[in-house]
Amino acid sequence: MSHPAKASEFLQDAAKAKWHDETLWFVRDKRDTISKTIPEWEELRELASQIKDNVLANLYEYLVQFEEKATANGIQVHWAKDAEEHNQIVLSILQKHQCKAIVKSKSILTEECHLNPFLENSGVEVVDTDLGERIVQFLNQPPSHIVLPAIHLKKRDISELFHEKLHTEKGNEDPAYLTHAARLHLREKFLGAKVAITGVNFGVAETGEFVVCTNEGNADMGVHLADVHIACMGIEKIIPRRKDLGVFLRLLARSATGQPITNYNSHFRSPAQGKEIHIVLVDNGRTDQLAREKFKNSLKCIRCGACMNTCPIYRRSGGYSYGSVVPGPIGSILSPGLDLKKHSSLPFASTLCGSCTDVCPVKINIHEQLYEWRQEITKAQGTNAKSISMKIANGIFAVPFAYKITGAMMRGALKILPDSITYSGLNTWGKQRDLPETPKETFKDWYKKNRS
Amino acid sequence: MSGRENILAKIKAIPRESRLLPEIPAFEFPMDHKVAFMLSIQANKGEVITESELKDFIAINRFEKILNLAKGMESLSTQPLPSDAHELNELEVAIIQGQFGVAENGAIWLTDENLGLRALPFITEHLVIVLEEKSLVSNMHEAYQRIGDQPSGFGLFIAGPSKTADIEQSLVIGAHGAKSLRVVLR
Ligand code: SF4
Repeated sequence: MSHPAKASEFLQDAAKAKWHDETLWFVRDKRDTISKTIPEWEELRELASQIKDNVLANLYEYLVQFEEKATANGIQVHWAKDAEEHNQIVLSILQKHQCKAIVKSKSILTEECHLNPFLENSGVEVVDTDLGERIVQFLNQPPSHIVLPAIHLKKRDISELFHEKLHTEKGNEDPAYLTHAARLHLREKFLGAKVAITGVNFGVAETGEFVVCTNEGNADMGVHLADVHIACMGIEKIIPRRKDLGVFLRLLARSATGQPITNYNSHFRSPAQGKEIHIVLVDNGRTDQLAREKFKNSLKCIRCGACMNTCPIYRRSGGYSYGSVVPGPIGSILSPGLDLKKHSSLPFASTLCGSCTDVCPVKINIHEQLYEWRQEITKAQGTNAKSISMKIANGIFAVPFAYKITGAMMRGALKILPDSITYSGLNTWGKQRDLPETPKETFKDWYKKNRS
Repeated sequence: MSGRENILAKIKAIPRESRLLPEIPAFEFPMDHKVAFMLSIQANKGEVITESELKDFIAINRFEKILNLAKGMESLSTQPLPSDAHELNELEVAIIQGQFGVAENGAIWLTDENLGLRALPFITEHLVIVLEEKSLVSNMHEAYQRIGDQPSGFGLFIAGPSKTADIEQSLVIGAHGAKSLRVVLR
């Protein structure tokens, strides 16, 4: 199903859709507020972007260096060219330890590799331990947002779910009560697991260490109680130096949730005595993306989710409408690289307003890449009736000058457009919604006025 | 071809341009370190307290399972460090020595040397970190400068108690790890 069709489903529950929209905007707003407390914010973004450019240009050397250092530190390094190889490696480690139940903290990569169903088919119980991920796992759903996995659900839904799964009081919707129930349930799982799996936020070539950031502390609860820690890491997560962490940790949580840093930032360099750490370096399409000159910048992503929170389409269509593991603007430029046919509607799920590019802490030119993908897809698809609405959107929103010209004209245009375009009947995701209100002044003007 | 050779060969085949690694400047920090640090900890839902407030906290709650690893607080300890972290499941209070704190965000650096067992600051019900006031640094750049090439097997920044907002974005303290963080600044 295409993005517009699924977005239309999401919009059936108007009240929920409105809540989703407003809540994510609130998170975006928190990001704005906190970023303004850092005078060097823009300089930090530029630094982060340059560091990642350097990484992509020297990925070979950094990966080899990382492997060498990590191995010297006593970490076992594995390489997986694709999801299948990744899953096999993980399974073989579990089999070696005769492990039938694992705990796993948030890892978008293992979602991408569909590790859970693979392990479950092999008789391994997988427990996702991030609260939001546990909730969606109970529902047999994937996360709908990379930072806020259960943002599409209301507490009523979760209360009913926990009543069924964890025998909480019927009708008790208090988030503290429900969280506590999950705490008790997951504590048992932590204490019982011999192997714990985590994702990786950053791998440091210079030292061979890797960093995992959480607020709940679930990654650490898992790995420090288990005998074996398996860390699954996309090859693009490498950064050159330890001190680069200073730049990225300043940007990550502020961009993600508007907090100054995640509460737990763990640096794993060597296993504790008698324990094992494995790291699986995964390609799964990343080298293909690296070879695409126009799109390789998408690999700079640090998965903060800011582009989702700010996106007028994401907020009003929900994570599932994208049908890809990473949804939202960044997902819409990553996923077509993995399967162009399946994800061909995603680059069109955008107004090309450029807000994603503006908030991205590593300065990925997201909206320009969306535009580039449209060209690729139009070339690949030729002309057919199905893409008429895309073409209209393309024609009006996507002409390069339309987003390159400065302010006033485009803002004027947006005001005239909604009725003719969003309600034209050709544009499904626009049916039940309005375009965002256009600001009366440019951000620059506003900023000048309000800064002092 | 193994996964490793496959991946490295593919990367090698891609034409590359030279992109320089930037130097990271020392950014100024305008605020008083102590004031900023205390504000940060509060914002992260932690608390900065004195030694006598710590004693009150323990007395009022009648905690009995306390493990102390901080200098000068030995008398508060009621149990030694076990060899297996699973035995810490009932622990009520862990008191740990922090190496330094970061003013801009309240993060406190700890390594294996401070932790005894890596699970300790997570599995305990309440966490107390003892920190010397003079150890405060301004921001994360200074923090990593201070860490330098310290070779610890495990190091971490803790900035607050375990928390989540996964249910309708309502903040709840005490997800899986410590339900509270108190910092004794001395
Ligand atoms: S593309 Fe940028 S804004 Fe979006 S998740 Fe990645 S780092 Fe964050």
